Amino acid sequence: MILIVLGLIGVSAGFLSTPNNVKEVKQQMEASHGGHSDGHSSAQQNDGATSKDEHQVGEHHADEKSHAEHAYTFLKNKPWSALFVSLLFFLFISLGAFVFYVIQHVSQAGWSPVLFRVMEAISKYIVPGGVLVYVFLVLSSLHLNHLFVWMDPEIVANDEVIQEKSGYLNIPFFLIRAAIYIGGWILFQRLITRNENKQDDGYDQSLYKKNITYSVLFLAFFAITESMASWDWIMSIDTHWFSTLMGWFVFASMFVSGITTIALITVHLKSIGYLQFVNNSHIHDLAKFMFGISIFWTYLWFAQFMLIWYANMPEEAVYYVTRMEDYQLLFLGSVALNFVFPLLILMNSDFKRVNWIVTFAGIIILVGHYINFYLMIMPGTVAGQWSISFAEIGALLLVGGIFLYITFNALSKKALEPVNNPLIKESKQYHY
Amino acid sequence: MSGYTLQALYADDDHLMKAVRETRDQDHHISEVYTPFPVHGLDKAAGLKETRMAITAFLYGLVGFGVAVWMMNFMMIEDWPRNIGGKPSFTFFQNMPAFVPIMFELTVFFAAHLMVITFYMRSKIWPFKQAENPDPRTTDDHFVMEVETDKENIQDVAEFLHSTGAKEVDLKR
Repeated sequence: MILIVLGLIGVSAGFLSTPNNVKEVKQQMEASHGGHSDGHSSAQQNDGATSKDEHQVGEHHADEKSHAEHAYTFLKNKPWSALFVSLLFFLFISLGAFVFYVIQHVSQAGWSPVLFRVMEAISKYIVPGGVLVYVFLVLSSLHLNHLFVWMDPEIVANDEVIQEKSGYLNIPFFLIRAAIYIGGWILFQRLITRNENKQDDGYDQSLYKKNITYSVLFLAFFAITESMASWDWIMSIDTHWFSTLMGWFVFASMFVSGITTIALITVHLKSIGYLQFVNNSHIHDLAKFMFGISIFWTYLWFAQFMLIWYANMPEEAVYYVTRMEDYQLLFLGSVALNFVFPLLILMNSDFKRVNWIVTFAGIIILVGHYINFYLMIMPGTVAGQWSISFAEIGALLLVGGIFLYITFNALSKKALEPVNNPLIKESKQYHY
Repeated sequence: MSGYTLQALYADDDHLMKAVRETRDQDHHISEVYTPFPVHGLDKAAGLKETRMAITAFLYGLVGFGVAVWMMNFMMIEDWPRNIGGKPSFTFFQNMPAFVPIMFELTVFFAAHLMVITFYMRSKIWPFKQAENPDPRTTDDHFVMEVETDKENIQDVAEFLHSTGAKEVDLKR
């Protein structure tokens, strides 16, 4: 099938780009080693924003040397962070799509069962994606990278703030928690989709009812674990900083990305002749969610920003100072991509029914939310040393390739219509 | 306008929908339909033009946004400069985050209120206006479709309306 070929192309493109990844690591290490031994010259070239500070304190050679050391750590972190951003982004896409799918079960929505197979296929990536993220976290805790500063005993020894947090932020507990989150998500994903797929063999209301119970349980489990995962995996990178809104903020981002991916894959399948029973009212509904959750994301983004901006407390404001000074284009660009474009493009009711407009808006939203995750992770790990280079694009292609392969492979294995779902008839007739 | 109006009374919204479609197929002119609750799909069946309310809402929202920007600029920057959040910049742009909630609220306020007022004006309803519905039963569980016709065709049209399942057909006095 065309789908598998497409997936394979994605994966091979991803794998071909991994050598670049490794080479890039070496190049960067050499470059920063050079910077380390020669003094600060190459570090200065790489770094526009902090070099200003260097000019100001020009006489203090000790500062410059420590700056070069910092730059070296940041550059070493860069490919790791790039990989981490992509791993989290795609895991959260499939998790967001799965949450959407589970909500359809709980609310017993009549319009959506025609899209169930697409959602199930996307959620299948939770299994390999979760394992990959877990492996990555284990590698981090083995000190192969320095994404999480609180894992470094030397830093903790000199840092009272982290010492106070170490009851929660310590490596064994961190890994146990991650195992619980990912294990739980995988378990529920397997359980719910298995019951749903069993209904293909024959109508069985008890399976349907069981799935509603499991879905309610999953949502409760997810609400807690998702918040904690976003503290553990994202917020703890900026160890001193905290935001009580982080869980919601990450959730909004993953939810809109997941729904957008459902819409994109549905439109793609329709355009190559599958899913003929999906009509433009279904696309319209997905686009409404894309629009609505984009606004919701902006609301949370601004709620977080405005309180910190208004109170102006140094320990909180530093989070935005880094982003404003070193990442200004991406920082403001992410609001443009995630708010202004979806607002203007998807506001019109008729536009939400036009496939190419939904695709266009969807791609913009996905790019915007990749940048959103990039902005949550990169400033804490590489500071001013960011760039979109082979490492970032390679990681994106690699993980994206695996994601597409798993998704389209899952799609090709099952009939695309859940024939025995009790609500399938209503869903097919759905017309707005 | 032909001057004569027949009122056909239906007991069920499905009968009404069917009758509306058949009446339009026969090229009779439906002047008005009275229902006790919104009937899904009736607007399309009766061939009403798409509402332009969405466009007015967008424009009203822009007006509200503009008013908010002007108002905050006048109050907090020009007329009585305020030190906002311990950041005495006294410029509109640098204090803008503090104004965003007001911009949002006034956008929604203007869009919502002006839309309701527009709706009243377009529907020609205002305080103390007498109710127009021809039969009190249309406020309970019956549906009335009004069809315009001329003198020669009254009998034909009335018989046709009966054939569409009307419970009663009256000539409007």
